[in-house]
Amino acid sequence: MALGIQHLLGLYDVSRSDIELILDTADSFYEVLQREIKLVPTLRGKTIVNLFYESSTRTRISFELAEKRLSGSPINFSSTGSSVTKGETLKDTIRNIAAMKIDMVVVRHNAAGVPLFLTKCTDAIIVNAGDGFHEHPTQALLDMLTIRQHFGKLEGLKVAIIGDILHSRVARSDAWGMKTMGMNVTLCGPQTLMPLHTESLGVRITDNMGEAMEGADVVMLLRLQLERQQSGLFPSIREYRENYGLDLDKLLTLPEHTVIMHPGPINRGIELASNVADCGRSIILDQVTNGVAVRMAVLYLLGGGEPGGHEDV
Amino acid sequence: MKKLELLMDATALDRALTRVTHQVLERNPALDNFGIVGMQTRGVYLARRIAEKINTIEKTNFNAGILDVTLYRDDYRMALKQPEVKVTNIPFDITNKDLLLVDDVLYTGRTVRAALDALTDFGRPKTIQLAVLVDRGHRELPVHADYIGKEVTTFKNQEVALHVTEIDNEDSLWLMEIEEAD
Repeated sequence: MALGIQHLLGLYDVSRSDIELILDTADSFYEVLQREIKLVPTLRGKTIVNLFYESSTRTRISFELAEKRLSGSPINFSSTGSSVTKGETLKDTIRNIAAMKIDMVVVRHNAAGVPLFLTKCTDAIIVNAGDGFHEHPTQALLDMLTIRQHFGKLEGLKVAIIGDILHSRVARSDAWGMKTMGMNVTLCGPQTLMPLHTESLGVRITDNMGEAMEGADVVMLLRLQLERQQSGLFPSIREYRENYGLDLDKLLTLPEHTVIMHPGPINRGIELASNVADCGRSIILDQVTNGVAVRMAVLYLLGGGEPGGHEDV
Repeated sequence: MKKLELLMDATALDRALTRVTHQVLERNPALDNFGIVGMQTRGVYLARRIAEKINTIEKTNFNAGILDVTLYRDDYRMALKQPEVKVTNIPFDITNKDLLLVDDVLYTGRTVRAALDALTDFGRPKTIQLAVLVDRGHRELPVHADYIGKEVTTFKNQEVALHVTEIDNEDSLWLMEIEEAD
């Protein structure tokens, strides 16, 4: 049993069997997280650099916890306070870090394609922790793990992803990964916050929230990325909330088994009303717990075996 | 892999387990602080059978725990194929227990070493005894079994495979030959 991929750059071209292997392995790591000693020695002696060029709470802590619980040695890098502020290029930064003999790099960057670029600069294994508006594969994997734990399956489930699709790497990873797993995905948002060429995602697109939520098993709200909204893509936050925010009234129109998800951080009172975010049907904190298990699984599966050993099997 | 020789059929296997059970009881007459843990995958089924036999003889109520040592192995970086991580479930506190660790085949001793490490993370047992169905030699670490179902002389290019009804539809023990990969 081994993954067909050497790096985790995105879910676009990851096969169904690979996703299943990651989720199954994550289930086992979930069990490790319930133990009194939440530590296993598997990655002992492996050095992992967390290369974060963008701010992050959940993903960064979650990766670091995953690395520590596997007994790896994480090193944290953030662009502020580093030589990046002196003008060092990304390529020079990574080549210098790699020269200190590291095994894996977890990278977040505001430009799409940086993880792929890094695979060409170093021999280390690269894990994408979010690149620009491109992909955030571990988030999509933890979303799928959470849904699978709740419903016992993925195949055939209806998911509505609502909000700022244009700026969301989570939406893209979710759309590709969930489609691979046979789920029924609808993306919904105002047309100004929809990317061009949505047909390439191969999922249903709508700008009507009611239509998107009809019969949905999972409703996932995306954060309105206020820091990326300078150019007036929608008239006002109030209007956005009316049309694309989930409040108690809209929650009551959903089937009783429907669960609410959000990749975080939440803008309370904008895309998600506070009482909805904290209600019993919200599985948002399960997503966070599962984030550690999924990242342990990804690091375990990518980090093992001999380099280049995949071809011999 | 090719089957070379049938080492034990269902009857022989059951008799060996019965004998091992009695030997265990002989050394642990009180059973006050006793616990049984089987190692994934097939050690689990052997542990359950030993637990059942003890329960029948002594009118006790032992449940075998399950231990997966994949994450504790020292060949993580060398293995071409990564072993699947399986479930660990020990439904009792192992601290201060006299633990019986059960596995199917004792070979290099590395799995047992990993198991001892793993158990240490769950608590501090008072004693750990090891029961294996087969000891096939070729030890690489100073590990020995307290109870042995059968000793078999093997070559390194051979493998000893246990089949259990729960997975393989029959109880049997086979000597196999590993065919050279192309």
